[in-house]
Amino acid sequence: MWDTEIRGMASAHAIIASSVFMATILPAILLEKFSVYGMHLVWLYSVAGSVAVVNIAVFWLLGISPPTKRHTLSYKISRLVRSCLYFLLSCLFFHTVVVLYGAPLLESALETFSLAVLLSSMTTLRCLCMLGPNVQAWIRVFSRDGAMSVWDTSLQITTGCSVLGAWLGAFPIPLDWDRPWQVWPISCTLGTTVGFLTGLLLAPVWIHCHRKQLIYKSK
Amino acid sequence: MKVSSSVFASFCLIFELLGLALFLRGFFPVPVKSSFSSKNKLSDLPAEPLAGNGPNSSKVPPPLFKRVVIVLIDALREDFVFGPNGKKYMPYTRHLVERGSTHSFVAKARPPTVTMPRIKALTTGSIPGFIDVVMNLNSPALHEDNLLWQAKTAGKRIVFYGDDTWVKLFPKHFMEYDGTTSFFVSDYTEVDNNVTRHLDSTLKRDDWDMLILHYLGLDHIGHISGPHSSLIGPKLLEMDDVLKKIHAALISKEAEGTLPNLLVRLGDQRSTPAGARPSPEINTPLVLISPAFKRKAGMEKPSVVEQVDLAPTLSLSLGLPISQNSVGRLIPAVFEETSLREQLRVLHLNGYQLSCLLRDSTLAYQKEEGYELFRVAEKSHGNWMKLYLEGNTSETLSNMGRKVLRQYIDALKAMSSALSRQLGKYDMYSMVVGTVLLVQMLLLLLLAMPEALSGAAVVDVPVGVALTSLPFYLLCLLCAALHVALCTSASASCYFCGLPWALVFAAIACSAALACALVTMAARRLAPPTKSPSKVSSPGWELSELDMLLLLGTVGHTLSLGASSFVEEEHQSWYFLLNTLCLAVFQDVCRKYFRERRRASQGGAGGDSDDEEQLLPSCKAAGPDTSPLADLGVSRGSEKWLALATPPLTLACCRLLRSLNQTGIQWAHLPDLSHWLNSGDHKVVLSLLSMASLALVFVLVQRRCSAVSKIALALGLLGVYSYRAAAGSVLFPWQHSSRAASKGTMEARFVYVFVLGILFTGAKDLLHSQLVSAEARLRGRGLWEVYSGVVLLIALLLRPHNLPTLACCLLVQSLMAQFIWKRLHYDAAQTTIMHYWFGQAFFYFQGNSNNIATVDISVGFVGLESYVEAPAIFLTALSSYAGPLLWACHLVCYLSSERDSRSSAALGHGCYCFALLRSVPAVFYVLLVTALRYHLFIWSVFSPKLLYEAMHTLVTALICIFFTFMDQSPSPSRA
Ligand SMILES: [Zn+2]
Ligand SMILES: [Zn+2]
Repeated sequence: MWDTEIRGMASAHAIIASSVFMATILPAILLEKFSVYGMHLVWLYSVAGSVAVVNIAVFWLLGISPPTKRHTLSYKISRLVRSCLYFLLSCLFFHTVVVLYGAPLLESALETFSLAVLLSSMTTLRCLCMLGPNVQAWIRVFSRDGAMSVWDTSLQITTGCSVLGAWLGAFPIPLDWDRPWQVWPISCTLGTTVGFLTGLLLAPVWIHCHRKQLIYKSK
Repeated sequence: MKVSSSVFASFCLIFELLGLALFLRGFFPVPVKSSFSSKNKLSDLPAEPLAGNGPNSSKVPPPLFKRVVIVLIDALREDFVFGPNGKKYMPYTRHLVERGSTHSFVAKARPPTVTMPRIKALTTGSIPGFIDVVMNLNSPALHEDNLLWQAKTAGKRIVFYGDDTWVKLFPKHFMEYDGTTSFFVSDYTEVDNNVTRHLDSTLKRDDWDMLILHYLGLDHIGHISGPHSSLIGPKLLEMDDVLKKIHAALISKEAEGTLPNLLVRLGDQRSTPAGARPSPEINTPLVLISPAFKRKAGMEKPSVVEQVDLAPTLSLSLGLPISQNSVGRLIPAVFEETSLREQLRVLHLNGYQLSCLLRDSTLAYQKEEGYELFRVAEKSHGNWMKLYLEGNTSETLSNMGRKVLRQYIDALKAMSSALSRQLGKYDMYSMVVGTVLLVQMLLLLLLAMPEALSGAAVVDVPVGVALTSLPFYLLCLLCAALHVALCTSASASCYFCGLPWALVFAAIACSAALACALVTMAARRLAPPTKSPSKVSSPGWELSELDMLLLLGTVGHTLSLGASSFVEEEHQSWYFLLNTLCLAVFQDVCRKYFRERRRASQGGAGGDSDDEEQLLPSCKAAGPDTSPLADLGVSRGSEKWLALATPPLTLACCRLLRSLNQTGIQWAHLPDLSHWLNSGDHKVVLSLLSMASLALVFVLVQRRCSAVSKIALALGLLGVYSYRAAAGSVLFPWQHSSRAASKGTMEARFVYVFVLGILFTGAKDLLHSQLVSAEARLRGRGLWEVYSGVVLLIALLLRPHNLPTLACCLLVQSLMAQFIWKRLHYDAAQTTIMHYWFGQAFFYFQGNSNNIATVDISVGFVGLESYVEAPAIFLTALSSYAGPLLWACHLVCYLSSERDSRSSAALGHGCYCFALLRSVPAVFYVLLVTALRYHLFIWSVFSPKLLYEAMHTLVTALICIFFTFMDQSPSPSRA
């Protein structure tokens, strides 16, 4: 039971992680003169988009999302609309936080917002896929000892790692090395992506190592 | 010996200060000087060397040039002239450089590159010591021997237009001058027009010998819009036109004059070269133009000289003595066209001056290579002279002369570099002694941590044991022997050796005793686990996320000081940490309010309940008697929302303040709100903003004062506003008559009276509560009054655009105290760390940086008619450290109210944490600077930061003493 669940999660994570790599490689083949630094926003949106699509597909197929009680079309549509709204709100939230951290308010607002989109697609989108647009469930998962399944724990870990990655990514900006990756927001987006990948890798490993201590309340 | 935590902490900080002072004395070299006031005279010049005896001429070589025009252009980089774009930017100059009778050089300037030392270096030829910059922040007149003084004494008439720093440095030297202030950085046209407009009339006249023009516009463009601005091109063309005009005028005069003229054009760099980071050696173009030089055939690669070389070159080519402290050597190319005898003569004069300087500044000067070379060269010069005077004109004579020339040049080079090396020499012994003291203090603080933060807040320092132990005496003897050996050895010139022996031995005994005490304490720390293992595992030292953040942030910030960029941009680290802290606090608040609700619905689960039950009763107990909300009129229901709103509000405040003052190096040129507010067009906004800030300050501060203090505070704040209005920076709403701009001295003194009054009332209350009644309420009020006195003083000192910083500071303090620190039951240590972080961030919000240039010296004149040293220094320090000081004062107020309500040891813990927080970065930084003392950026980046660290430690020590004083009073629990 445990092992199959962990294995399933690991493979799902592997698919998501490979989608990030694909999203980096494909534009390099399709577009001329593509480089991660030079056409950073293209890369960013390609990664964010592919992560979003793959996440939705994986969780749809695996059926991790909480079972809906009603199957009427209108209910589904309202869920969809609410999910989109939440995603947008989380983008705005991240944008605000990044501006509070000192990103310029007006100039390069697009870059800042793109970083917010990337962060949202790596954190909020996964929450939406797994928990649905349900704020109570989110609060439960992210409060202390709130995880009720392996997936909740993995969500905690990947979200934490992504945010931490973005946080750490801001550190090299004041250094005076004049490298292309020090330009705003490249180091932060790279940090986010690396953090996300680390989270994907770390989650199965961590759960595997700590499976003795993990007792979920519902099971 | 048992002492309370606060006494212990103050004691440690005071010793750290001593160590730091000793370290600084060893670290900063004393500038190379023969003397400060004596000047070289024509009559003192040495005679031409001559072997044997005979009539040798002792007259100065005749001047090469009749008139000199010096054009200084701030922030002119060498690639603007010599680079590939030189043709486009400055066509005329480039043409002259390539084809005209010119000499062009790349002049290396050395930091510190602040205006005043730069000008000093140009005119005196000495390399400004770092201490010079700090000591002379208010640019008083230059008393050292310098080129302008020499020129004036020789009867030359000098005309000056440009940066008014020159006028301050040389108050009586100019026959005619027009100074332009460099204060208004946003103006880049008027500043130059003001110089150029005099040009036509001056060039027509014949009554001057030396013309100095200092252009600032290019530098200002660099400040406003960065080094790649489109404004730079037109500005360079304008400068090129100026040069063309001068050159043409000089050429037209040429025919009448007997001696040719010289035009010197020099790029110079001020504080920050056009938005880029200061590199350790700054290259500027130096072009000398005169018909006396040979015409050139084409572009050659300009050779490299030092900027200080210009001073002796100019002196000698004008027939003046070289200024005494000059370390430069003349540029031989300038004298190429003169006779060999004259060339040798000027080289000899320069060598003689350098050798005198070397003799005065080095003890073992006779061993110096340069000195010996000079002696040899002088001797062969004498031989050559003898042959020459005998009328010998053979080939061998000129060959021999050329050999002497080379010998002289080598000697000059060696002596000049020996003198420059003098500046980079450290007094390692004093530095090591200082560092040892510092490290011992830090270890002592760290080892005492468990005791100092215990409930009793009492530290047991085993001084008695240490003093009676054998190792103590052995260590004393060893150190004393070492000291004697070091100081009696040859070529020892340490400061520490110069101290009286009794003092040194007392220091050694003290240090040895400390070392023994440290070992004893370490042994005691290590011993207990074997006796009672249960005691170690039981204390609840489990770290929450917030604790982790506070710990990692402190450690991380300390480590970040190792990178020069992180030192320059330290404000970024603090803003970043502070933001993260606010978010972490926000998470804590959310957890508290939302978990409680969940708990109510679900019931406690698992390990959580213990924790909750521990917290809740104390919360209830603390609730009624502290009742912090009553005076704000907040109901219990809205309290939750206010608490939830506090961290986001704090974040918003911080973001706003951050864009108020752009500091640091990399982004310092970006426009910020303070520039916008001060630009003159937005005076109304500035007035409204400062009025609103002052009103907010009053509302926030008056709550806990007595009625008398309230009135005094209100009047004082009104006085602050009218002071600023009188000084002309803000508008006075009901007075439109434009009075003659007084300095506002009266108004400022009026405010000082109120400050003193409030401080006095507060001190009276404090003393009363301390000595007579031990009443907690009275003491709280007294403390708060002292605090509001400090606030009023700082409101007076801060510039109007910085008043929002003060208002935001008070707002954040009162909100955090009401809703976060009290509600969430953060302990004294956590609160102290948060206060410290906020204090640091506010230090930079004010516009400070780790660069000496951002110190606002004008504060020293508030309420004073003229410059008086002691109050000026005090006021400047106070206003620079306003942020940390306000937060520390608030910490005392908060913790002492905390002590009355909850924990009796709060003040002791706070004081200890405060001392530790300061010691860790200070000691780490001292070690780091010692390790990096040969780093490229040591003078430009690391040394200013060292001074800031030392000053901050001093401020912290004073605050800790105040803490100790507050902690000594009989607490209600004991009474
Ligand atoms: Zn400037
Ligand atoms: Zn400048």
